[in-house]
Amino acid sequence: MKRIMLAAIAVTMMLSGITVSSADGGTLVIATTQKPRHLNPAVQSGIATAVPGTQIFATPVRFDENWNPQPYLAESWAFSDDGMALTLNLRKGATFHDGHPITSKDVAFSIETIKANHPFKTMFGPVEAIDTPDDHTAVLRLSAPHPALLLALSSALGVIIPEHIYGDGQDPKAHPRNSDTVGSGPFKLAEFKPGEHIILEKNENFFLEGYPKLDRIIIKNYKDVTSMVLAMDSGEVDMLPFLAGTRDIARLRKNASIEITDQGYAAVGPLNWLAFNTKHEIFKDVRVRRAIAYAIDRDFIVNALHGGFSTAATGPVHPGSPFFAPDVESYDLDLAKAAALLDEAGYPAGSDGVRFSVELDYLPAFAEQQKNVAEYLRPQLKKVGIAVQLRASPDFPSWAKRVSSHEFELTMDVVFNWGDPVIGVHRTYVCSNIRQGVIWSNTQSYCNEEVDALLDAAGKEIDQAKRQTLYRQAQQIIVDEVPLAFLNTLPYHTAYNKNKIGSPPLSIWGAMAPLDKVTVQ
Amino acid sequence: MGLIWLIGKRLLYAVVLITAVLVLNFSLLHLAPGDPADAIAGEMGGATAELLAEIRALYGLDKPFLVQLGLYLQRAYQGDLGMSFYYNLPVVDLILQRLPATILLVITALIFATVGGTALGVLAARKPGGFTSSMVTLLSLVGYAAPIFWTGLMLIILFGVVIPFFPISGLYNVAKMATGLSLAVDIAHHLVLPSFTLGVVYLALYSRLTRASMLEVMQADYIRTARAKGARERTVYLRHALRNAILPVVTMAGLQFGSLISGAVLVETVFNWPGLGTLVFESVIARDYPTVLGVLFFSATLVIAANLFTDLVYRMIDPRIRLRD
Repeated sequence: MKRIMLAAIAVTMMLSGITVSSADGGTLVIATTQKPRHLNPAVQSGIATAVPGTQIFATPVRFDENWNPQPYLAESWAFSDDGMALTLNLRKGATFHDGHPITSKDVAFSIETIKANHPFKTMFGPVEAIDTPDDHTAVLRLSAPHPALLLALSSALGVIIPEHIYGDGQDPKAHPRNSDTVGSGPFKLAEFKPGEHIILEKNENFFLEGYPKLDRIIIKNYKDVTSMVLAMDSGEVDMLPFLAGTRDIARLRKNASIEITDQGYAAVGPLNWLAFNTKHEIFKDVRVRRAIAYAIDRDFIVNALHGGFSTAATGPVHPGSPFFAPDVESYDLDLAKAAALLDEAGYPAGSDGVRFSVELDYLPAFAEQQKNVAEYLRPQLKKVGIAVQLRASPDFPSWAKRVSSHEFELTMDVVFNWGDPVIGVHRTYVCSNIRQGVIWSNTQSYCNEEVDALLDAAGKEIDQAKRQTLYRQAQQIIVDEVPLAFLNTLPYHTAYNKNKIGSPPLSIWGAMAPLDKVTVQ
Repeated sequence: MGLIWLIGKRLLYAVVLITAVLVLNFSLLHLAPGDPADAIAGEMGGATAELLAEIRALYGLDKPFLVQLGLYLQRAYQGDLGMSFYYNLPVVDLILQRLPATILLVITALIFATVGGTALGVLAARKPGGFTSSMVTLLSLVGYAAPIFWTGLMLIILFGVVIPFFPISGLYNVAKMATGLSLAVDIAHHLVLPSFTLGVVYLALYSRLTRASMLEVMQADYIRTARAKGARERTVYLRHALRNAILPVVTMAGLQFGSLISGAVLVETVFNWPGLGTLVFESVIARDYPTVLGVLFFSATLVIAANLFTDLVYRMIDPRIRLRD
């Protein structure tokens, strides 16, 4: 019997391919439920494309854990004194996966393509022209100073794509090579089965000597979170980024060979909030919005609903960002104050204790962030006489249609900062972005010219300290006028097998940055 | 003559039926709030009004509904199922990539359910009220009552986590980079839990059906005749009784082929099986009209083919059907 057992173990070991451990080589298996449309981040934002996309395509710069830009495709860079031009000095000898050298022409072509096709128009909005004095120098000429520019030229956003492939005149958004990519990053595409897996192989001619460490990255798609978490628990996969379910996090934390970290999500900056339609009869009164903010117990959401894994969000900027402003009105739970504000606004409690009733939209697919919070808000707001009817949307497009057509009263929403406030924060508050039919525009219809002026100035301020001050002033006004009740940060975590993985991705972009330094044992 | 007429009639039905499936689903999809551009905007974490308009123009979503429908049908009848809005790849490629996994799953589950169910049913019918019979009845009740996704998740916890004996997700382990025979073994290994999960409901049903049918048939005069002429008990059971008793199972199996495919959606989701079921589910959420319609086109064709096949099996088993037409 014992011999059979030993034989079985030996066979199992052979089958599972356990090899001698070494620092270099090996395969990293990443699990995700995100299904990329294609793999070209120049024309497609979002986590799903960015994780494989940043492995395939290099960017001029990359960022470390502390928001410092680091050389990548660009060896060095310099802003002109007036901040109206950025010179990129490209690394010499860098090539695309097909062997073509990377030149400043490719950089110019890439930035123009992104500017024309990428959904985040503000990234390269102020870029007026790109000069290419020689093959290894690109000068970006700006219409106004643009301090967000380096971040826009970093991982997940400012990828350099080869002009000789994507510059053939076809619409870059629907280019056939978007699923059959040629980039210059540490890994090249070996196989893309939409909705199943992506296999990336080591780029032997990567421009950083000695990297990447891994031979191969496999990104496996899971249809549902439960089976994905089970796969992580059973060791079938090595790394699970963007894990947001607090019960899943708690479950995996019990596994002795798994390490869980919340590092790597500062740039994506995900916030969960309750949005008001400020055009609505009731919610156009700022006192009503403040009353609701005072009636919500953020501690309960963070600690009871999210098991302490999320943190309280107090304003438009994620706490991990250098532009986060801590000194804003905190709206600590105060039911008496909420009731007084509602009285003052002209909504006295009726004989049944109800002041008015409203509808709250949410997406049940986001169980912990939207459904559970929405279900908590109903009895909680009842305490101050607001009757909330919950209205669940069957799927994302249904919800997006309703909210982007401004046909809502209250809605739950999760929105990302995307690195710099210019990219992911301004869009929610500036008057010019009150649009019909565009989700994650200013669907609250909030408009304050002072905020507009402050955000505009902050977006163009090159002095970091002054920029922080401008953003702090803008955030103070926004929080004071509550177009949104800020609730919590999304508890994104990365789970990885700590016996196997070395140098996990902990920079501000997390797994949406090159995994060239990651090792497996 | 009869056979050709039967097939010809069925082909005519098929064209009408598939057109109805396409028109109905095209309309339903367009009634759902939000369109592919909204779904793509969600995927991208935001968009601009101009970009949304460009996406709509790119996929012809700016044209009136009837024009879109007409164009789609016209192309579909020419064998062109169009491009996926979501993946920007030909729908046929996406389907052909996923179809083998679904067929493998459904056929394996069907064989497991019919063969296993019939065997259990025959076993249970031998001594009604006996221990074997009671156990089969009990197990089939449990198997039939348990929801597919629940069975699947329980099996995952049991065989994937507690006793990690079977792989719990996917068609094969892509990290192994296996080819040839070892790939086939890996696929078979991965197939065990999903096909069991999908098949067990039908296995339960067919075992009860066979048992009831066998008990009824065993009372028939021709069984007494067979026994009287001295046929062995085994021959009586398998040749005389089972052949008659199995007709309802064949009927059910044929009719349920469609529900087997819809059951596959759940199983594929739970076991991360890269088949058509998950493709259609994801495509509905992404409002990827061409892909949804393409999958429905293929599955409608599969169901029609399965029904035709059932009719042919019928004629093989029961000579009376052959005589009637």
